[in-house]
Amino acid sequence: MRSAQTQTATEEKEQTKLKVSTQSQPKAVDKFLKDFEAVIGIETHVQLSTLTKAFCSCPYNYGSPPNTSVCPVCMGLPGALPVLNSKVIECAVRVGLALNCKLSLNSKFDRKQYFYPDLPKGYQISQFDIPIASGGYLDVDLPLEYGGGHRKFGITRVDLNRAGVPLLEIVSEPDMRTGIEAAEYAAELQRLVRYLGVGNGNMQEGSLRCDVNISVRPIGQLEFGTKVEIKNLNSFSSMSRAIDYEISRQVELHNQGQIDQIVQETRLWEEGAQKTVTMRKKEGLADYRYFPEPDLPGVTLTEEYVNSIRESLPELPEDKRRRYEKMGLSMQDVLFLANDINIADFFDTTTAGGADIKLAANWIMGDIAAYMKNEKVTINEIKLTPQELGELIASIKDETISGKIGKEILFELIAKGGTVKGLIKDKDLVQIVDTAEIEKMVDKVIADSPKQLEQYRGGKTKLQGYFAGQVMKESKGKANPKLLNKILLEKLNAKN
Amino acid sequence: MLSSVQTPRLLRFQSFSLKCLHTHPTTTPPPPHSQILTIRKSLLSREISAVDLAGTFLNRLRNTEPHLKSFLYVSDVVLKEAEEIDRKIAEDEELGPLAGVLVGVKDNICTSDMPSTAGSKILENYRPPFDATAVGKMKKCGAIVIGKTNMDEFGMGSTTEGSGYQVTANPWDLSRVPGGSSGGSAAAVSARQCMVSLGSDTGGSVRQPASFCGVVGLKPTYGRVSRYGLVAYASSLDVIGCFGSSVADAGILLHAISGHDKFDATSSKKEVPDFASQFTARDQLDSKPLKGLRVGLIRETIQDGVDPDVISSIRGAASHLEELGCTVTEVSLPSFSLGLPAYYILASSESSSNLSRYDGIRYGKQVFADELNSLYGESRAGGLGSEVKMRILMGTYALSAGYYDAYYKRAQQVRTLVRESFRTALDENDILISPAAPSAAYKIGEKKNDPLSMYAGDIMTVNVNLAGLPALVLPCGFVDSSSVVLPVGVQMISAAFEEEKLLKVGHIFEQTLQGCSFIPPLVADELAC
Repeated sequence: MRSAQTQTATEEKEQTKLKVSTQSQPKAVDKFLKDFEAVIGIETHVQLSTLTKAFCSCPYNYGSPPNTSVCPVCMGLPGALPVLNSKVIECAVRVGLALNCKLSLNSKFDRKQYFYPDLPKGYQISQFDIPIASGGYLDVDLPLEYGGGHRKFGITRVDLNRAGVPLLEIVSEPDMRTGIEAAEYAAELQRLVRYLGVGNGNMQEGSLRCDVNISVRPIGQLEFGTKVEIKNLNSFSSMSRAIDYEISRQVELHNQGQIDQIVQETRLWEEGAQKTVTMRKKEGLADYRYFPEPDLPGVTLTEEYVNSIRESLPELPEDKRRRYEKMGLSMQDVLFLANDINIADFFDTTTAGGADIKLAANWIMGDIAAYMKNEKVTINEIKLTPQELGELIASIKDETISGKIGKEILFELIAKGGTVKGLIKDKDLVQIVDTAEIEKMVDKVIADSPKQLEQYRGGKTKLQGYFAGQVMKESKGKANPKLLNKILLEKLNAKN
Repeated sequence: MLSSVQTPRLLRFQSFSLKCLHTHPTTTPPPPHSQILTIRKSLLSREISAVDLAGTFLNRLRNTEPHLKSFLYVSDVVLKEAEEIDRKIAEDEELGPLAGVLVGVKDNICTSDMPSTAGSKILENYRPPFDATAVGKMKKCGAIVIGKTNMDEFGMGSTTEGSGYQVTANPWDLSRVPGGSSGGSAAAVSARQCMVSLGSDTGGSVRQPASFCGVVGLKPTYGRVSRYGLVAYASSLDVIGCFGSSVADAGILLHAISGHDKFDATSSKKEVPDFASQFTARDQLDSKPLKGLRVGLIRETIQDGVDPDVISSIRGAASHLEELGCTVTEVSLPSFSLGLPAYYILASSESSSNLSRYDGIRYGKQVFADELNSLYGESRAGGLGSEVKMRILMGTYALSAGYYDAYYKRAQQVRTLVRESFRTALDENDILISPAAPSAAYKIGEKKNDPLSMYAGDIMTVNVNLAGLPALVLPCGFVDSSSVVLPVGVQMISAAFEEEKLLKVGHIFEQTLQGCSFIPPLVADELAC
């Protein structure tokens, strides 16, 4: 899991959490959809973060200069042969199991043939008729701002899709009906990929690519309408918007009696214009002349191997959410914490140490999240450890320090590190709970503020706040606030 | 049981012996000896230096090459490499098992310091940045690569006339083909231009030229030798094979190049036995050295359509095996005739895919065009020969949607049948024998415009590739053809990974075959001196 954490740590801009500006969420779609239903299926390509390419030992790094990580095998030189990287199979099995699929114990590779300048051999090594995994599903919790709710989307197949840089293809059933559902499906896949540590799932780098197939049909009609494929979706929000745009485009054509204008084609999402445009029309089916790859033996998985991988699977997002729910967290907390594997890990470690669950969630979602957002850092980059957060929560709870002091040293812990105990000791921050000591300070403040005392006693009781602040200042913020207020009130009202 | 056919065999041998009288003063030429073991002894005893040895071969190569044209490239560092061997000998350093052995390498096997064109214009001047695993292993054993041998373009052909560069002649009769596609490698060993050579065998490309040129040709089990660095023709059928002038040499060479290779996922992890340790000297053989060995003569290979003289030679070989103690029976392989069409569909299909990479973008001649598809089309049209184009078209057709089930899938089913019928036959027999080709070497140009007749010539060998089995071809007799004698080879087939058995039988066969010398007239005089 470590490697996945560092990968996710390197990217900042992309947020898994679905953010679709509500204004662009066209109400129009709802109106259109009164009589129509959209059918959406998604083909996702996940780039696996194996150390080497799929069929040779060249390292793969995003952004390395062209032709620096190449060898006779990946250049497809005459006489070179592919050898499968076993890590790729492991990743595929992990994903297949996590998606509740049935695994093919005997699968194989096939050649998919076409000419293209970036395809050195004139074919790509893929899986055609026997994918490594098939027939699964993915559980998705929709975001609260869209009404929440739980969905289960079918997974048709998971296959090893491409040579060179290893690519896993995950094909969904046409189970989605709205842009939000589709985007949340993709977000859940991204979460899964990151939880499993099989890839970084970064959409902007193209490490996670979603092609959407979409058609509309009058409600009640069983057969699907003509489907259109949309590509170039670089974020979950553009995915959601592209789908909603495409639905309205197709429904509009239905309403205008121009169904024949909906043709099987590939359309590109244009972010600038916020619309889809034709990329290429499908002229019949492309004939890729698939046949079994003779250079690679079939992939045989033993039950033993599959079981060992099953046992090594981490807790998956869906299980984590259900567990958090049972721990008594609100759905909002659940979705936030489980969204990012690193944040979830942080939370889990904190609470595993005995920290109060609700308090831990509040600190993480409040001050810590705010800090990360402002400083543009991930939870792995802050200096605060889960152990120290637990210590902080405990120190406040047992009144060693006040909540206010707690907040102050939290930022120090985040920025500079150190231990709660060490900071309390170094800065002498232990809360003052000694009544005599507080009385002494209260007496001093009252004695130093005769004018205010007179006003207070004259009925301006609001000034209690002033006195409390002064005492707190006197105690350097360490006085126990409850005790301080109790003593202060007694003393202020004593001679009344 | 086959005694009735002994007469023609004796006739053949007699007629040869009479001819031999012209060149050899004695009537009984000695059996073939291992050049590799002989030169090793001479080098170690310092009777001869590696440089002298290399010089002798280079001289012969220079003298014969204008007639034969078996090489596409001759190394210019042979003597330098021989000097290094001599230095090692002088300093008593350890010598690899192939030290000083001069090897010809088929041009579709990658060599990092020489061009590797696979006989195709589309790879003209292409020098790979790496050695094929087999070449690397030979070099590690001390072998010296003398040059790259001619071949039918990408291995597609049975005559070596399909080379994009030159036509190789048969050393036994310069007006005839050496066979193919490894014709250059076979002719080079036959004419003693090199001691041994590497070829490749997809449908018979080692065994048929071995038969045509009168040398030993060994096609190993699929997976025995790494294909890494072998320019692919049909990946599920291609194997690198060995040529030698004796069974021992072919076996020693095979031992050097065999074994699992992490760069070839289809290479086998089976242990490689020391094939040479199986060889017994002729004077130590008992009278029935192969007693108990069950030999099956494949009935379908000695029927109509096969040259009667070839059938006689094979029946003669069968009788010889009986004399050595074997029991020979005829066996039937019912799926035999289906092998040829199945082979041509599968090999063409795979080749249509394997040859896609020659698109003019990376190597060879690029024909400039305004549009990408024209660049591909015109580069391929100009760089690839007609036989290659024909097979790409056939393969593309067979794999196309709507035809796949009728052709490719059917052919795969036939392949399973072929495999099963071999299994049955090899359960009942230790080895199977057949001709290596339906005829002896034919004239250059004779089948040039008759591809179907050329394809039919592969009938004896393709089934073995479909089943992935090992087979050894060794000269067993001669046929007369318009006043020239031409060698004929017998093919011995065993179960997978039983090369050891084939080599043992082949060695005894060759050491006990009386009255035959398979040195072609072209160099016989020189070698006799």
